[in-house]
Amino acid sequence: MANIKFDKERCKGCCLCVAECPRGNIRMSEILNKTGSIYAEVIDEGDCNGCALCCQMCPDMAIEIEEDEKQTCCEKGSEK
Amino acid sequence: MSATTAPGHTETGKKLLLKGNELMVRAAIEAGCRFFAGYPITPQNEVPEYMSQLMPKVGGTFVQAESEIAAINMIFGASAAGARCMTSSSSPGISLKQEGISYIASAELPCVIANVQRGGPGLGNIRASQADYFQAVKGGGHGDYRLIVLAPASLDELQDLTMNAFDYADYYRNPVMILADGLLGQMAEPVDARPYEPILELPEKDFVLDGCKGREARVIKTLFLRPPKALVTHNMRLQKKYETIASELQLCENVQTDDAELVIAAYGMTARIAKGAVDMARQAGMKVGLIRPITLWPFPGPAFMEVAGTAKKLLVVEMSSGQFIEDVKLATECNIPVEFLGMGGGWYPTPENIFEKISAIYDK
Amino acid sequence: MEFKKPTSLLDVPTHYCPGCGHGIVQRLVGEVIDELGIREKTIGTAPVGCAVLLYDYFDCDIIECSHGRSPAVATGIKRVLPDRVVFTYQGDGDLAAIGTAETIHVANRGENITIIFVNNAIYGMTGGQMAPTTITGQRTTTTQEGRGQNQEGPPLKVCELLASLDGVTYLERVAVSTPKDIMRAKKAVKKAFQNQIDEKGFSLVEVLSMCPTDWKVSSTAAVDFVNNEMKEVFPLGVFKDEK
Repeated sequence: MANIKFDKERCKGCCLCVAECPRGNIRMSEILNKTGSIYAEVIDEGDCNGCALCCQMCPDMAIEIEEDEKQTCCEKGSEK
Repeated sequence: MSATTAPGHTETGKKLLLKGNELMVRAAIEAGCRFFAGYPITPQNEVPEYMSQLMPKVGGTFVQAESEIAAINMIFGASAAGARCMTSSSSPGISLKQEGISYIASAELPCVIANVQRGGPGLGNIRASQADYFQAVKGGGHGDYRLIVLAPASLDELQDLTMNAFDYADYYRNPVMILADGLLGQMAEPVDARPYEPILELPEKDFVLDGCKGREARVIKTLFLRPPKALVTHNMRLQKKYETIASELQLCENVQTDDAELVIAAYGMTARIAKGAVDMARQAGMKVGLIRPITLWPFPGPAFMEVAGTAKKLLVVEMSSGQFIEDVKLATECNIPVEFLGMGGGWYPTPENIFEKISAIYDK
Repeated sequence: MEFKKPTSLLDVPTHYCPGCGHGIVQRLVGEVIDELGIREKTIGTAPVGCAVLLYDYFDCDIIECSHGRSPAVATGIKRVLPDRVVFTYQGDGDLAAIGTAETIHVANRGENITIIFVNNAIYGMTGGQMAPTTITGQRTTTTQEGRGQNQEGPPLKVCELLASLDGVTYLERVAVSTPKDIMRAKKAVKKAFQNQIDEKGFSLVEVLSMCPTDWKVSSTAAVDFVNNEMKEVFPLGVFKDEK
């Protein structure tokens, strides 16, 4: 599981991340953010493996993946 | 070619015999100009040629640009990077530079631009002319901006004004134009080498883009979109600066105007020629004087108004079909008659031409 | 795995349209500046075009230039400050139409600068007119029947054009239309900056990028246009790499 963060206020609703997610784990919101745009959100956080393809593709740097400090090296390794 | 061997280290009192174009280069380098970009055009070719010789000797940069447009934009960059910098050209080339000059003026970057004027419009000819007066003084590019415009009338003055131009540019953070012409650029006369000393207390260049180490990142820009009044605010600040310049920097020479009934108004090389006509008129018993603006912008209006209070008539002489005369009439509010002797197209008057005109209008 | 915004970019949203590639290209430049540790010695130029507000996004010294003249301005800066890192960021109209002369001559002089050239085959800021790189048959507001019907000539290929110049050190064309392309683009951008630091000379990276708004398609269709149409006309790859 990766610690993925979507900044819904930065999202402009281009949907490029939805198209790129190999797990089909990103969807667009049904409500609007403050700028009046639909925004991307992760469907199942537990299903994200942190491949970061969505981050690469996002033109607005609205998706970040944080290193989970609680995880140890062994735990990370055991996830594979 | 050059009487000097070590630019930047003048031996005081040394006599120089250089063409105007070459002297301008020498004075610029003496004043610390370390970046020049330009493009060949007659009659200013000695400027880039001599720059290419001297700049390497002082560790400066000479770039022969691919166009006048590129040259002025190289100056934009070099000035932003903190260098004392200069470009030169002649009339058609100066037209090409106008967009860049407008940007530099808006960005308030110091630089010196020399226009060794030739005949126009179009390709014109390569003889001396003063037909770029409006372009220089009224702002040839787009938008409300001003250049400080200096009009030397001798090589000695060209040396002084070239050095001073860099100080004015740095002091006011404004482009300065040396409005010369083909006569001044091509002629040679002996000049005493003057060592450079700043004539103003120069401010620190706190705008320079040299990497943001130890400070916040800086931006030099001329686009003001937000808030809606950002551009108005910027322009009002520019206008305030121009008002300051106008109040502090008006240079003018009066020759025998105290008792003159007829005063010739001329600038640059035309004024030099007119001095001969003044002498001829005085010998013929006519009370004739000369008023010569050295700064064309700011225009020395009060000095003209003063002359208009004592003289009966003005005679404007210029190497154009009538541009400078408009500022003379504005400055004197047409209080006295203003006669005109001028011609565009690379023509220059002789003292005899002017004397003839004086004789024709003196008593009328 | 960690993925963070580069610190040499300011933490602000951009004005770019949804799906526009500029945001990706700017992120890559920001990441490279971070990784090379050069933010405090970098001076960038902003073009006229959609990227004119570059200075609102980059946390380094920026000068905004007149249309097409960035290479001349960069020349002035770099010659005065040869130990700083100078990059221009230009669009297709800026670099390959109005600024063609500046582009060719800065390249031919081998100025030790880095150019990031964003090619999206259209004038974005002014509302979708034909760019020098608009592809044949592409409809724009000034080629309503498609480029090629009114003697516009074929699209101008900048990398191919510059590759013949001896003064050029490094030319590569990349894209930002897939994650794989984006990662390849990052390598090219990094190399173009590293070349400058190593004083190797002139480097230019052309980036094929999306403009869904002025192409009048969805963001995903814009990605497809780059992948299926633009890459055909503008093949990706290294066009010059002088050692």
